Amino acid sequence: MTVVALKAADQPAGRPPAALRAYDVNAWFGSHQVLADVSLAFDPYHVTALIGPSGCGKSTFLRALNRMHELVRNAGLSGTIELDGVDIYRGGLAVMEVRRRIGMVFQKPNPFPTMSIFDNVLSGTQLSGQAVPDKQGLVEKSLQRAGLWGEVKDRLRSPGGSLSGGQQQRLCIARALAVQPEVLLMDEPCSALDPSSTRRIEETITEISSEVTVVIVTHNMQQAQRVSNRCAFFLADAGQPGHVVESGPTAKLFDDPEDQRTLDYVHGRFG
Amino acid sequence: MTVQHASPAPDTATRPHSGGPPPRSDRLRLRGWSRADVAELAGALLGSFALTWLVYEELTTLSGGLGFVVCWFFAFLVTYWAMARNRLGAGAAGDRLAAATVASVGLLLVVGLVAMLVYVVAKGYHALRPQFFTKDQYGVSPLAKPTAGGGLAAIVGSVEQVGLATVISLPLGIATAVFLTEVRGRIGRPVRLLTDAMSGIPSVLAGLFIFALLILSHVLPQSGFAVSLALTISMLPTITRTSEVVLRVVPGDLREASYALGGSEWRTVRRILLPTARNGLITAAILGVARVVGEAAPGIIDAGSSPKVNWNPFKGPQENLPLMIYEDIKSSVPADNIRAWTAALVLVFLVLVLFVAARAIARRRPGGTRRPVFRFLDRKGPS
Repeated sequence: MTVVALKAADQPAGRPPAALRAYDVNAWFGSHQVLADVSLAFDPYHVTALIGPSGCGKSTFLRALNRMHELVRNAGLSGTIELDGVDIYRGGLAVMEVRRRIGMVFQKPNPFPTMSIFDNVLSGTQLSGQAVPDKQGLVEKSLQRAGLWGEVKDRLRSPGGSLSGGQQQRLCIARALAVQPEVLLMDEPCSALDPSSTRRIEETITEISSEVTVVIVTHNMQQAQRVSNRCAFFLADAGQPGHVVESGPTAKLFDDPEDQRTLDYVHGRFG
Repeated sequence: MTVQHASPAPDTATRPHSGGPPPRSDRLRLRGWSRADVAELAGALLGSFALTWLVYEELTTLSGGLGFVVCWFFAFLVTYWAMARNRLGAGAAGDRLAAATVASVGLLLVVGLVAMLVYVVAKGYHALRPQFFTKDQYGVSPLAKPTAGGGLAAIVGSVEQVGLATVISLPLGIATAVFLTEVRGRIGRPVRLLTDAMSGIPSVLAGLFIFALLILSHVLPQSGFAVSLALTISMLPTITRTSEVVLRVVPGDLREASYALGGSEWRTVRRILLPTARNGLITAAILGVARVVGEAAPGIIDAGSSPKVNWNPFKGPQENLPLMIYEDIKSSVPADNIRAWTAALVLVFLVLVLFVAARAIARRRPGGTRRPVFRFLDRKGPS
């Protein structure tokens, strides 16, 4: 079985990547505001990187995009977030449907410890109640898209926790892709991994960007340059909520930014 | 323990294998007891014994075995500490003192438990015959030998009553624990408080409660099932609180992963939370069973003893093992007193078998074929 990079046209039954737009998003934890007036657009077939120093609200913003923010007690939010033109908070979509269509990969690999590799890939379809006619086929396709198939095809029944850290993270990507999301949010997916695993994940991101809209939070400037088409630079002044200083094509942000703070940050002069 | 050479320190200039791995004799013993440590321990034990003997038996008018051992123990601790301080310094001496104290307490506990087990086995084993598991006491003459008849009535009763109580309280307890950890509603606090208060209810009170509520009002006859309900009252708080602790330690990122995949709360509980906490939940069930299996009071109040085996837990008096022990030990018939010890031995044995079985179930590997119990609830479209 050779590993083939699937084109968007080869994807059966899956929806095309969706556009995600955020308007004037503010976020709070209790009375503490962490985000102020963030408006960003994420286009299909694009990888958007969210960069900025720690504590500037990137992850909070990312979690607001698929309604994970509200899982935190005392969390507050205002503004509008639209998935293909439908408001995900007010548009009548069930919260579970929103999260299924906007998948997420976390900082720390978190495969389900009680499940085999095979069951881990299928876990999302079971948890969201999707019927899967061809389980074997879906597992194979998802693992191929995550670039893990060749390494695990002979031990699909062994526990997900038996893999290395980088493999576990790609298993989590395969698990997220198996529910056919239209957008994939990645919260520093490589920060717990070694350089060669990081490279594999970056290749995977590039490959899947033809099928899902990708939004990635990263602290690694080189990674943002390697994988993203567009970039948004977040910043929070002391005691103030985080906001977007500048956003645009990655090349522009890195080579010719409009704001002096962006230039300083991407060249490692602060943060 | 100090680091020491197993052989005299080698001369580095003439060391034969400087390149390869060090030869065996050259290995440092990094852990374990050196000869000095052993000598010190033995010396402290012996010295403190002699000192205690002198003071306790010869110089003062004290007497009695227990007092001697206690005095010897404290004299030993002081001697041991002083010797360690002399050789290794104050810090290491403090370590030694703490280690000796903790080890002694642990040893005391093990000795106590083993002594109890040995006592039960020694008292109970001579009257234990295979027929203890197949016959009851019905029609056995008071003059018959202790081996006549058997404890089948009590064994059947114990298994059925505790089994029914487990069947009732395990789902209830786990559901309550899920409520406390996952739903976290406003009434979580009072529920937890109530559960804690319930765990303090003596089983005799639980038995009386069921008697007053259900038996006096003719809802239930005196029966094994009434005992089960009383046992449930004692069992529920143990299972709930243990399950809650176990569910709380399931990593939060697994819940998040499930929600991020579009999982509903119920499916997250059912497919992620409970399977991940499975071993702990089995422990909770074991602790619940252990809590009630030796309770005699509910049996006395809600069922009453019966020498004849009663397979039906819903009707008529039904014996159980603690009840049999209680009845037989206070009987004026010597053979009955011996049977009480046999029943005690069987009770201990039953608990042991249960624990081993539960551990075996808990040891299954992930990824095995497990049959979902609530499958019908999962077969719905995305909601």
